[in-house]
Amino acid sequence: MHAPSRLLAATLAAFFALALSAGTRTPVSADEPGITPTEIVLGGLHPYSGPASSYGAIGKGAQAYFAYINDNGGVNGRKITYKDLDDAYSPPQAVQLAKQLVEQDHVFAMFNTLGTPSNTAIRQYLNQNQVPQLFVATGASTWGADAAKFPWTIGWQPDYQSEAIIYARYLMNEDSNPKIAVLYQNDDYGEDYLTGLKDGLGKKADAIVKTASYEVTDPSVSSQIASLKASGATTFFIFATPKFSIQALVAAAQQSWKPRIFLNTVSNSQTTMKAATSAGGVAATQGVISVQYLKDPAEPKWDNDAGMKLYRAIAAKYMPGADQNNGYFLYGMGAAYTMVDCLQRAGKNLTRQRVMDAAIHLNERDNPFVISGVVVQTSPKNRFPIGQEQLASYNGTRFSLFGSLIGARGR
Amino acid sequence: MRDERVRRYGSVALVALLIAVLPHFIPSYGAFELTYVGAYAIGILGLIVLTGASGQISLGHGAFFAIGGYTVALLGQKLGVPYWISLPLAALASGVVGLGLGLVALRLEGIYLALATFALAVATPSTLKHFKALTGGSQGVVLSPLAVPGALHGLITPEQWLYYVTWTLAGVLFFATSLALHGRLGRALHALRDNEIAAVSFGVNPHRYKTLAFGWSAAYAGVAGAIVAIATAFASPDAYGIALSLALVTGAVLGGLDTLWGALIGGVIVEFLPLWAQKINPAAPSVIYGIALILFTIFLPGGIGRALQSALNSLRLRGGNQHARS
Repeated sequence: MHAPSRLLAATLAAFFALALSAGTRTPVSADEPGITPTEIVLGGLHPYSGPASSYGAIGKGAQAYFAYINDNGGVNGRKITYKDLDDAYSPPQAVQLAKQLVEQDHVFAMFNTLGTPSNTAIRQYLNQNQVPQLFVATGASTWGADAAKFPWTIGWQPDYQSEAIIYARYLMNEDSNPKIAVLYQNDDYGEDYLTGLKDGLGKKADAIVKTASYEVTDPSVSSQIASLKASGATTFFIFATPKFSIQALVAAAQQSWKPRIFLNTVSNSQTTMKAATSAGGVAATQGVISVQYLKDPAEPKWDNDAGMKLYRAIAAKYMPGADQNNGYFLYGMGAAYTMVDCLQRAGKNLTRQRVMDAAIHLNERDNPFVISGVVVQTSPKNRFPIGQEQLASYNGTRFSLFGSLIGARGR
Repeated sequence: MRDERVRRYGSVALVALLIAVLPHFIPSYGAFELTYVGAYAIGILGLIVLTGASGQISLGHGAFFAIGGYTVALLGQKLGVPYWISLPLAALASGVVGLGLGLVALRLEGIYLALATFALAVATPSTLKHFKALTGGSQGVVLSPLAVPGALHGLITPEQWLYYVTWTLAGVLFFATSLALHGRLGRALHALRDNEIAAVSFGVNPHRYKTLAFGWSAAYAGVAGAIVAIATAFASPDAYGIALSLALVTGAVLGGLDTLWGALIGGVIVEFLPLWAQKINPAAPSVIYGIALILFTIFLPGGIGRALQSALNSLRLRGGNQHARS
């Protein structure tokens, strides 16, 4: 027994000696990480696998746009390398991959990482290391609202709360005595919408007669729909991701429930609407109201639009075989356009500080992928790049915009 | 016998040495990934105690990860408790809940216990979201990162510090588990697993030992969950879903449930298999988990750990024979 325990003691001693002498991080070169005379390295995380994998199309769209920019001279002579990894929508994986991107791949900045949990998990690390966390693909309000604590982080799309406020205002104009049922995803994203709806309804918040939530792991939401229908509500809000939105629309139609339906932007792509229509019939989707801030590739109105033509040309060349009507691709290109604009604005002598400054001084009137009139705009006091949206209703085959652009944050 | 012992401790020493020097040769983020391996290995060590030694099944160990993770997260965020206090408390909290579940488990056997613990795994995220005032709901809790102690400042990176803390803990727990399983406790558990009636007739109290195994195992999972939460610096409900519980079980089965080395191999599998599998196809990880589980149960029930051990043994035997001949 003595020999082994002595051996063990020796091992432990060696262990700690080595632990103490473990060398420090090799210092990165004095130059700005991820920037060479010919290259800009950006990192990003999208869920290419797991329950949220349909959003992977956003990353692919962004990648395609960067490829197009690179083939047309790049940004001030530099080509963009976008290292976009799969975090499967899991925060622990996101943290590991973000560290890998920053410390091994020496990315200059993180761009368009998707999902509130993943972005929340990596935000502290990125801000501590002063790595810009740019144009994240989530609509939580925290990206724009908590700049004092996290100055290296900024969002892109309109936030969920603002969107819900737009619905609430529209509804109160149309219906003086609404009875509202809400289906929402039981996480930060669903709750953000619910909060916005209550804020927007103000004194009329008690018009919400029933709410039901689901977990992303639930197989189906049809029982929730049954209980929402039983409440006698005449208006139905769907704050759900595509799969569950389709289920909700189809279940409502099958249970012959015909309320006024509001569907969040997260799920109003043509892909979703088509799937719901083919599974539940035209009745499932006709009259559904949503908002848009991006051009919908499935809307013929944009067929001759220069921006839409550019989108299709890029998609055809760099994503052959992809379903061009999937709006997530276009979302990715729209965000990538802002990224390129921001890099250009930061000038030839790129530093992380300059790019961050550029990100909060955007004034983009010509983003070809957002609907005409929407200005992608920021200032040190306003860190919500897109703050305008327009209502749209579905006629069974496509969404048609109506009304005018609405600014949710006093714009 | 003495030779055998020296050999066993020799291999332990070799692995420990390897773990100690590894951060010298890999980048900081690599040490960070290996921290997760250490944490998962501790969690799987718990499953080896529970399933391997005492023959009970848990498909819900992700729930104990959650208890561990949220204990350090909430104690740190709400009360400013440092990790060196909250980490043992995480083990304690998780262990106590585990003991409670162990009492329930006494009434359930085999597939029913599997189902009950499966339900626990499924319910964990919703439960965490439900008690919003305490857990912060679906927004999750942000933890402060583990700081390098003053004396070591500038000598090692935070990632390396966490790595050494984790692997020191893992080493201590491996050693303690090995001692316990090779002693009275282990014999009692093995006896109960193999033939309960015989064990009882030798004076082993099945209720006490089975419950104890559950609590013991849960405490390990609590430690593992705490480390993962500290490393990630973020705890959120959806990180503790059924996927985590199943990954742990898969890691344990593939690694091997009847040797402690299995935990180490299992830890590597849980951390790296999804990353490797993704390169084949984004949808591949779960398919590979499923196929590997089936194949291993049929062809290699002892897991990689057992297979490696028998391979080594046969090599050694052959070497010994040659030695004898020459």
